[in-house]
Amino acid sequence: MSTQSTVVQLAAKDYASDQEVRWCPGCGDYSILAQVKKVMANIGALREKTVFVSGIGCSSRFPYYMSTYGFHGIHGRAPAVATGIKATDPELTVWVVTGDGDGLSIGGNHFLHSIRRNMDFKILLFNNRIYGLTKGQYSPTSPLGKKTKSTPAGSVDYPLHPISVAIGAEATFVARAMDVNTKHLEHVLDRAAKHKGTAFVEIYQNCSIFNDAAFEYASGKETKDDTTVYLEHGKPLVFGKDRKKGIRLNGMDPEIVELGGDITEDDLLFHDEKQVEPSLAYLLSRMHYPHFPEPMGIFRCVERPTYEEMMLRQISDGIAAKGPGKLEELYDDGETWVVN
Amino acid sequence: MVVSAQPATPRKKPLQVIEREELTIRFVGDSGDGMQLAGTQMTNTTAIFGNDVSTFPDYPAEIRAPAGTIAGVSGYQLNFGAHKLRTPGDRVNVLIAMNPAGLKANVADLEQGGILVVNEDAFNKQNLAKAQYENNPLDDGSLSRYQLFRVPVDRLTAEACADTGLNARAVGRCKNFFALGLTYWLFGRSMDPTLRWIQDKFGSKPAVADANVKALRAGFYFGETTEMFTVRYLVPSARLTPGRYRRVTGNEAMALGLVTAATRAGKPLFYGSYPITPASEILHELARYKNFDVRSFQAEDEIAAMAAVVGAAFAGAFAVTGTSGPGLALKQEAIGLGIMTELPMVVVNVQRGGPSTGLPTKTEQADLLQAVMGRNGEAPLCVIAPATPGECFQMAIEAFRIAIEFMTPVIVLSDGYLANGAEPWLIPDVNKLPTFKVVHPTTNNNESDGGHFLPYKRDAKLVRPWAIPGTPGLEHRIGGLEKRDVTGDVCYAPDNHHHMIVTRRKKIDNIAETIPPLAVNGDPSGELLVLGWGSTYGAITTAVERCRESGLKVSSAHLRYLDPMPKNTGDVLRSFERILIPEMNLGQLLHLVRARYLVEPIGLSKVQGKPFMIHEIQSRIEELLNGK
Repeated sequence: MSTQSTVVQLAAKDYASDQEVRWCPGCGDYSILAQVKKVMANIGALREKTVFVSGIGCSSRFPYYMSTYGFHGIHGRAPAVATGIKATDPELTVWVVTGDGDGLSIGGNHFLHSIRRNMDFKILLFNNRIYGLTKGQYSPTSPLGKKTKSTPAGSVDYPLHPISVAIGAEATFVARAMDVNTKHLEHVLDRAAKHKGTAFVEIYQNCSIFNDAAFEYASGKETKDDTTVYLEHGKPLVFGKDRKKGIRLNGMDPEIVELGGDITEDDLLFHDEKQVEPSLAYLLSRMHYPHFPEPMGIFRCVERPTYEEMMLRQISDGIAAKGPGKLEELYDDGETWVVN
Repeated sequence: MVVSAQPATPRKKPLQVIEREELTIRFVGDSGDGMQLAGTQMTNTTAIFGNDVSTFPDYPAEIRAPAGTIAGVSGYQLNFGAHKLRTPGDRVNVLIAMNPAGLKANVADLEQGGILVVNEDAFNKQNLAKAQYENNPLDDGSLSRYQLFRVPVDRLTAEACADTGLNARAVGRCKNFFALGLTYWLFGRSMDPTLRWIQDKFGSKPAVADANVKALRAGFYFGETTEMFTVRYLVPSARLTPGRYRRVTGNEAMALGLVTAATRAGKPLFYGSYPITPASEILHELARYKNFDVRSFQAEDEIAAMAAVVGAAFAGAFAVTGTSGPGLALKQEAIGLGIMTELPMVVVNVQRGGPSTGLPTKTEQADLLQAVMGRNGEAPLCVIAPATPGECFQMAIEAFRIAIEFMTPVIVLSDGYLANGAEPWLIPDVNKLPTFKVVHPTTNNNESDGGHFLPYKRDAKLVRPWAIPGTPGLEHRIGGLEKRDVTGDVCYAPDNHHHMIVTRRKKIDNIAETIPPLAVNGDPSGELLVLGWGSTYGAITTAVERCRESGLKVSSAHLRYLDPMPKNTGDVLRSFERILIPEMNLGQLLHLVRARYLVEPIGLSKVQGKPFMIHEIQSRIEELLNGK
């Protein structure tokens, strides 16, 4: 097989397929698609070595719009499809694109298990807190009391918090970004691209049709500085318009404090994305609007052998111990006898 | 009575040796009594001697059902003969019962005058109560129509193992070897293969090895010394095809076939599966074959296993999953994705009793329609079925041959009876096995300038190319949405959808050009054809041969390809006045055959979790032909 690779440096537009993009006007997915293509160009991704895999939902149309290999699967199963791809060819770079319904409701099981195995692929979860493709039912991330077509009196389900779930399954890379904060989104995607192991990114994504302004609190000019805190490794958690507020640990609980007087940055919680024990990352994942600013950025980034590495090692160990498999020897396994 | 572990002194009464063409033995006892082990040892030994063997284990669903109860009875039946055998035997000639529950659950299958060996030590008040016997059957005359032999197996095993240093509990676990030793004596079989096996297995535990050897020998010499038995049975060796043999179960043969296909093609085998009875042994086998580049993946659920297989096929592996009925139901949506994306993959379905959880450890053939039609939309694929445990090997290879040649999922329908049943297997010459020509294109098939690769541009057989990620210039996107023919782009156009639906069906029909015609066993036309599929082969073929020997005009044919069926199937069916279809379901093949060929077969259903007996089919044939 010819494995000659493209040597020409590609631009973001070279990662676009010839298909017309069909998301609704104003959909947050456009921005995410644009940033992903930029990151592809930044990292010099080879189109032939890259596979986008998706399930079902608005976000899952994503692979059709990329000029790489792509696989549009069935509802919720994208991580499982990606697992088969990676187990077969670990050298491929695989991106799973999913949504809050696809990834956490119908596909919740595969989401958890691919993360726990530390499969070496990225999972981009476009969280719009609604079912868009089926025209507006509440999703597993919709807040309690959410009024939708299927919950006219308000939903009585408590929501799942994707980052908490991913950390609970011990994801080795966990991050959050937002569709409209394109610079930060690009940075987070770039970091995810470079991570070895499961890289989970929750992306706040606005559905302009069925759940418009769901993240207004975190994106609005007036509010965003007070409702979000940007995580930086080794730096204290400071936020607010004048960067006068911070997050301090009070025993096991975070609290908001005003900087100044006898409270300095040294009293604040310092972010450490490399902590092997995921408790701090989990604590951060529990900070929700309106009680806390919501952390954006990389919650956790640690190293751990991937499923593919360990699988291939067992195969090479097997070959080292017994030599490459010979069918004759396999058939002769156990007790045999000769009939003359 | 004292039994020494020494060869015996000469007998007072002469020993009579009776030669038999075939014999059926069944070992029964509590699930902790080691009956499966005794059965497999007897199978190996008698196969090594040169008999043909066919076996059928019957074990309880519970790992440890309450000891001594009927629910906890475990059995192992083997039929061995001086000629080719196709079933584990109808009537049991020799029953070895280690406890009252085993006796109660099985004695009805023992032929009149048959040999009944019981472990009389187990027939105590407690065990009799657990088996719901009011009186001790050994004493109340209820077993008078059998040749009853009361052997104090517990006590004799304990005596034989007295100086091994093992505690009573560990010694108790050796009693299956005592029973086995006695069986070897009764049928004139050598203890050597089992002695070798004990050394291999328990070499690191000398005390256990020693105790098992002593129990085995004690059982053997008990037969020789006591003069309780005045008859020994000899089944001469069979005239089998010369060559090297081993014993395989259907699941083992399936695993060997799958790894053979991938190895012959120089491809990794991806086996994605979720544990399920009775298919798990395929996973266990394949997980051992690391040096064959087998990537076994124990998925989080049945759906993930299937979806991973679809992904692995997209990436270029020989991708396969194994499951049983409820698992197949869960996989169907992802199998539909495999059909839509037209990727090669194999689904092994080891059928069990259904519906729902049904009878997990028992056999059935009730997933045929689920395999052929059980998906949303018009979703055709290829369905094939091995007829014997050993044939699982060839059919696994054949499944991949079809999957790769036609870019389609292929379902292989095995069942619990084939999966766990064992037979001698003629080890094939690797050089004579089929090779696979796998082509992954490396050049763009689009002749227009600058046009992208066309993933659905088909060849004359309507097969699309298998281009895999990693290949520069052939980047493409596929998925479960309907796609335009040739380009593979998402397409909702009405005419295109109809065209694709028809094309996918035609492609499957084209497989019929590559499969052998349906063979008729017996006259090519006549009064009655017995048509079967899957594991009923042995019982049908033997029943038909026996009927033909008695002068009845009956033939049989066995379908190994269920969709598409061989091209001559209609002609074969129409060459007979009547058609009888025995099935372990309520007439699923009958349904397909009637719909496709407008014939009106007669069904013979048995859905008891147990395979057909030869005589059940034989008497139905006789009724049909003699009642004319």
